[in-house]
Amino acid sequence: MKTKILTIIAGLALAGCLLLPTVTAAPTSADPSGVNTGTIADVSATNPGKPTLEEVAAVAGHNKVAINIVWTLVAGFLVMFMQPGFAMVETGLTRAKNVAHTMAMNFLIYPLGMLGFYVCGFALMFGGLGAIGTLGGYAGLNHEFTINLFGKSFGLFGTKGFFLSGSAYDVAIFTLFLFQMVFMDTTATIPTGALAERWKFLSFFIYGILVGTIIYPIFGNWVWGGGWLAMLGQNFHLGHGHVDFAGSSVVHLTGGMIALVGAWIVGPRLGKFNRDGSANPIPGHNIPMAVVGTFILAFGWFGFNAGSTLAGTDLRIGVIATNTMLASATGAMAATLWMWIVRTKKPDPSMMCNGMLAGLVAITAPCAFVNSVNACLIGLIAGVLVVEAVYFIEGKLKIDDPVGAISVHGVNGAWGCLALGLFADGTYGDGWNGVAGTVKGLFYGDSSQFIAQLIGITSNFIYVGLISFIIFKLLEVFVGNRVDPDTEIGGLDVPEMGVVGYSGVKLDKHSETPIPKELFTIGQ
Amino acid sequence: MMKKIEAIIRPTKLDEIRHALEELGCPGITVTEVEGHGRQKGVVRQWRGKEYKVELLSKTKIEVVVKDADVDRIVKTIIEVGKTGDIGDGKIFICPVETVYKIRTGEKGDDAI
Repeated sequence: MKTKILTIIAGLALAGCLLLPTVTAAPTSADPSGVNTGTIADVSATNPGKPTLEEVAAVAGHNKVAINIVWTLVAGFLVMFMQPGFAMVETGLTRAKNVAHTMAMNFLIYPLGMLGFYVCGFALMFGGLGAIGTLGGYAGLNHEFTINLFGKSFGLFGTKGFFLSGSAYDVAIFTLFLFQMVFMDTTATIPTGALAERWKFLSFFIYGILVGTIIYPIFGNWVWGGGWLAMLGQNFHLGHGHVDFAGSSVVHLTGGMIALVGAWIVGPRLGKFNRDGSANPIPGHNIPMAVVGTFILAFGWFGFNAGSTLAGTDLRIGVIATNTMLASATGAMAATLWMWIVRTKKPDPSMMCNGMLAGLVAITAPCAFVNSVNACLIGLIAGVLVVEAVYFIEGKLKIDDPVGAISVHGVNGAWGCLALGLFADGTYGDGWNGVAGTVKGLFYGDSSQFIAQLIGITSNFIYVGLISFIIFKLLEVFVGNRVDPDTEIGGLDVPEMGVVGYSGVKLDKHSETPIPKELFTIGQ
Repeated sequence: MMKKIEAIIRPTKLDEIRHALEELGCPGITVTEVEGHGRQKGVVRQWRGKEYKVELLSKTKIEVVVKDADVDRIVKTIIEVGKTGDIGDGKIFICPVETVYKIRTGEKGDDAI
């Protein structure tokens, strides 16, 4: 044995001396500069130090997939950290008497949504995905339920991968699950902001199960799981089908639509609207918390967008991450200046935050397909759009959305998808959704891509709007969506959760809207 | 005879007034955070594009009980130090005090101040 090892070492040394002038053997001394670590000796070969071309290629292939899996996992970890971001934004923009309740919804949606996605959501969404190209190409998720219309097949949902078992017990599929699960949880936690300060915890709990098992995965399958929206290009020559790089429609529009329907059905907080329909401000209790939460979200968004390549070896990530960063800046600037110059003449911090998030939501679909100038423009429009949407939803629709979730995620999710259909510049996305050629928007010569984007948004409105309506109506009948008025006025923390969020702290009554009895519009 | 001087002042003026009273030899003081409004009735704040009025403002109330002879000097000092000239400087109320007891020693009247 000893002789054999010695022979190998001698062989390696010889090979090193004779064949290659650079370092070829494993380092024998410490390597503080790092240039000598990682050599030909690290390439597995039957003849150590002299790998064949096939052996080198095998290692290169393994490393490529390894880089992609590590990238996807790390990006997923970043997206997971968006959960505290959401928790802080939503809790900061609402009242001190409801902090334990608002935080608990944001917390519990993580395990609730995750387990639902594990049991069946993931299978419904990705069960018919086929080979995951960047993660090794194994096609364990290979069955899509389809219906035939007009001689074309329409994929509706997948049927492989329940409990991540059977053919889904695979490193690539587990990696995909982790990454996609945190995306689903982003959607799931959006409505908790719009329905904050009045949503009965039991109703929220049941919603939390349904969002990860059914609501989100079905639409997700249509866009990302190989379903009919992804196939609009192949089947009907509409661009590359509905394209949503990282989730402006799949994640944000879906969350925004659930929030819209939920906030509408559950109704406004007591005291929000007067009898004449005018709205009262209900100040949130912690602007610093909302600002920090926004930064956490912006940080996590790098994982959200750049991670959606599912490939660290796809160097478009440089463009994607930078576009994401730029749109967040123009979104924040636009909302700030719009408030400062046009609206209230003050640079409102809560709108600054909404503006940054709006820019991020809007760039999520197009981030991989647009140049930097258009990324800035998309964020800029998003920043103005979000402020005006907040005014519109409160002033015209009379829907109470305490944190602006509908404006940030719904309105700008739709805008982001349309923006892709306008500004995709044809430098990326060759073969996307099985359609040859790069992705081009209306301004770059492909108006059919814009139509595919419109169809995607419309089907989101219809499907998510309808299923949310049914679910909230059923919840209304069976468990009730709303806490009773006494609970709402006194704060949800103790009656719903059994604890006070800020024990030992005297709450400032200026943070509460005074509610004269005659101003109550509901709960009477 | 003794008087109680009750002054509603700007919270930002508390330290200055307190030190000025100490220099006058004023022995004790009671300070309370209070809320209220005078004629100008509150301030306007904003939340997400909407203005709203906060009608009760934060103020500080100080109370000192002194001998009749000291009242004028103390009132004059509070006005001098507490005045900014803007709306919201506060008010001073003087009321008679029948007597004072010191809990630790049981002393009564002027000696108990």
